[in-house]
Amino acid sequence: MTDVTMTVNGKPVTRSVRGNTLMTEFLREELRLTGTHVGCDTSQCGACVIHVNGADVKACTMFAAEAEGAEVTTIEGMANADGSLNVIQQAFQDHHGLQCGFCTPGMVMTAAALLRDNPRPTEHEIRDYLEGNICRCTGYHNIVKAIMAASGQDVSAIAAE
Amino acid sequence: MYSFDMVRPTSVADAVAALGQEDAQALSGGQTLIPTLKQRLAMPSVLVSLSGIDELKGLSVSDGVMEIKGATTHATVAREGGDYPGLAALAANIGDPAVRNRGTIGGSIANNDPSACYPAAALGSGATIVTNTREIAADEFFQGMFTTALEEGEIVTAVRFPIPEKAAYMKFEQPASRFALVGVFVAKYADGVRVAVTGASNDGVHRWSAAEEALSANFAPDAVEGLSVPADNMIADLHGSAAYRAHLVGVMTKRAVAAAD
Repeated sequence: MTDVTMTVNGKPVTRSVRGNTLMTEFLREELRLTGTHVGCDTSQCGACVIHVNGADVKACTMFAAEAEGAEVTTIEGMANADGSLNVIQQAFQDHHGLQCGFCTPGMVMTAAALLRDNPRPTEHEIRDYLEGNICRCTGYHNIVKAIMAASGQDVSAIAAE
Repeated sequence: MYSFDMVRPTSVADAVAALGQEDAQALSGGQTLIPTLKQRLAMPSVLVSLSGIDELKGLSVSDGVMEIKGATTHATVAREGGDYPGLAALAANIGDPAVRNRGTIGGSIANNDPSACYPAAALGSGATIVTNTREIAADEFFQGMFTTALEEGEIVTAVRFPIPEKAAYMKFEQPASRFALVGVFVAKYADGVRVAVTGASNDGVHRWSAAEEALSANFAPDAVEGLSVPADNMIADLHGSAAYRAHLVGVMTKRAVAAAD
């Protein structure tokens, strides 16, 4: 066991972890932050995307011990300070960007990473950036719409056909 | 997952010392190794994480050579590698954005997956692989599928790419995994053209010498028109026959030449 200290959603945490503890296990089982979902556990689906030092990563494919000293943000850290949905989350609700909701935490985290680097992405850039996030319900159109809307862009032309 | 210990050294010297333990394995970005551990296809008893070693991160350019430290992520190369546009574009299209934020060049090169992108860039650029003990020419480094010149406990500390006049990488993606079904890296240097092929052969990444000769004489897509690629040793699976892969090598080479800048 190794002690690991990191900041999760702004709060410092220290826990003793095994060498093989994945970030998904650390967040879900140690910290009880179950918003980070485990879909495939093979880094294909993106339901477990979190931010580590500002970069979007798949929590199922990173060990907790490697997050020593890191700033970690999960879906639980995304709402506004007053608890209301942030602009991306609200756009997902407004544009029906989710159905079952299982992929949604990862979609929101990936969208947030995209919009930070590219505040007004094209539809193509959004679809390209979502390559590592799989949704089995929506067919993606409304997710793309939500991200366009969250970036302040017109969504009327998206997937109109 | 099965039980193992993890150590996280902060210097190459400490990592090399830790790798001296029995059944120790270096862990770089983990984007291949962690899934491999989950499947128990590898079962080291100690993982030596390289992610906390600052001297293994970053890239620099001098005298026409781009040196990328071993634990530099694909995302960093994509963002900061603009002095070698063909290489930066390759890095920007490995896996997906989250994978690129963890996966590293040293890990990719050391694993030498037969469908990985970076081995094609290293071989196609005539790169030099630098380890904690020596420098190895790419032509000597890649020795077949998942096989390299690395000794037990040896760490890729950097890869040095001579920057070509023009280069491009074209990947025909296997539609499910998005790995290269066939990928071709073409680089034009003052003294000739190099062509490296990944994804296609049972021998892993390799050079296509007939195309190199033709393109050195005439750097144009048409130059490889009449060349045929033997299908003898090509990978054949449900995603594509050997003949299909052999055909794709020619197609992707032409596209890479057309796209080279």
